[in-house]
Amino acid sequence: MEEAIVTGLAYAGAGLACTGMGGAAVGVGHVVGNYLSGALRNPSAAAGQTATMFIGIAFAEALGIFSFLVALLLMFAV
Amino acid sequence: MGKTTVASEAQAEGTGLVFHPMDQFIVKPLFGDGPVHWYTPTNVTLWMFLAIVAITLLLVVGPRGRAVVPSRSQSVAELAYGFIYRMVEDVAGKDGLKFFPYIMTLFMFIVCSNFLGLLPMSFTTTSHIAVTGIMAAAVFLGVTVLGFVLHGFSFLKLFWISAAPLPLRPILAVIEIISYFVRPVSHSIRLAGNMMAGHAVIKVFAAFAAIAVISPLSILAITAIYALETLVSFIQAYVFAILTCVYLKDALHPHH
Repeated sequence: MEEAIVTGLAYAGAGLACTGMGGAAVGVGHVVGNYLSGALRNPSAAAGQTATMFIGIAFAEALGIFSFLVALLLMFAV
Repeated sequence: MGKTTVASEAQAEGTGLVFHPMDQFIVKPLFGDGPVHWYTPTNVTLWMFLAIVAITLLLVVGPRGRAVVPSRSQSVAELAYGFIYRMVEDVAGKDGLKFFPYIMTLFMFIVCSNFLGLLPMSFTTTSHIAVTGIMAAAVFLGVTVLGFVLHGFSFLKLFWISAAPLPLRPILAVIEIISYFVRPVSHSIRLAGNMMAGHAVIKVFAAFAAIAVISPLSILAITAIYALETLVSFIQAYVFAILTCVYLKDALHPHH
């Protein structure tokens, strides 16, 4: 009985960890949206900033990946 | 690693999918079913070897002709070389170009492993943190040693931001030191997590394809996700290489 409760709570935690993906989505959308609005105002400067945009995306996305990792740990490791 | 997979356990219980989306990441010996030692040839060995074969075909055999008007394979190799060369020059600066061969090696290995992992029934070596962790640790250690060799103890000025007001500097130093040591963790988990998540999603939709009512929808979804995964495979290799350049720039010029 106790084991079943622990397993159930671990699955609930894994599901809750997926809300972190929403944060990553907001972050990546914010980075790309701002890049795009800047690029449309000054298209000649846009090409030089693509690399910076990808670095920003990578940092924002890493945190979403961490939430996925927490979900995986709860499902398979705990 | 035993032979029992998550799917076979689920089948024994009479529940769950016929195959489990995570079963594709299990390391298996190539010959027989024995235990996996460090010297056992496994599917990881096979797919890493195939990635190296692919790189050799693209970069050594492809541009063999050295033609002025390049053939198709030669122009792909030249594109890849020029793309990474320009990226290193833009991000790490002119003196970062000494390390271009290392970054090119990392990029080609990751991009080839990612693309080979997209083949059906294949194994994605970069989806294992053991593989990406070694690459990220090598970058982290290399960059730290390089910083100390080039600048001595003034490399530590990287953590002491002189542009900030004086009372804020100790707090910023703590944050900077923490973020410096989290680098190899996020660097490796970003690549492994992206690869694992993407491939697991494809397998989840493949399980839905077995249900007759939604199978056309599911197959369409697999096609779309496959296209997205191809893009993600390239972008993650690019991001790994570009972050290596950013860390390299910090080691070459710690005074910002």
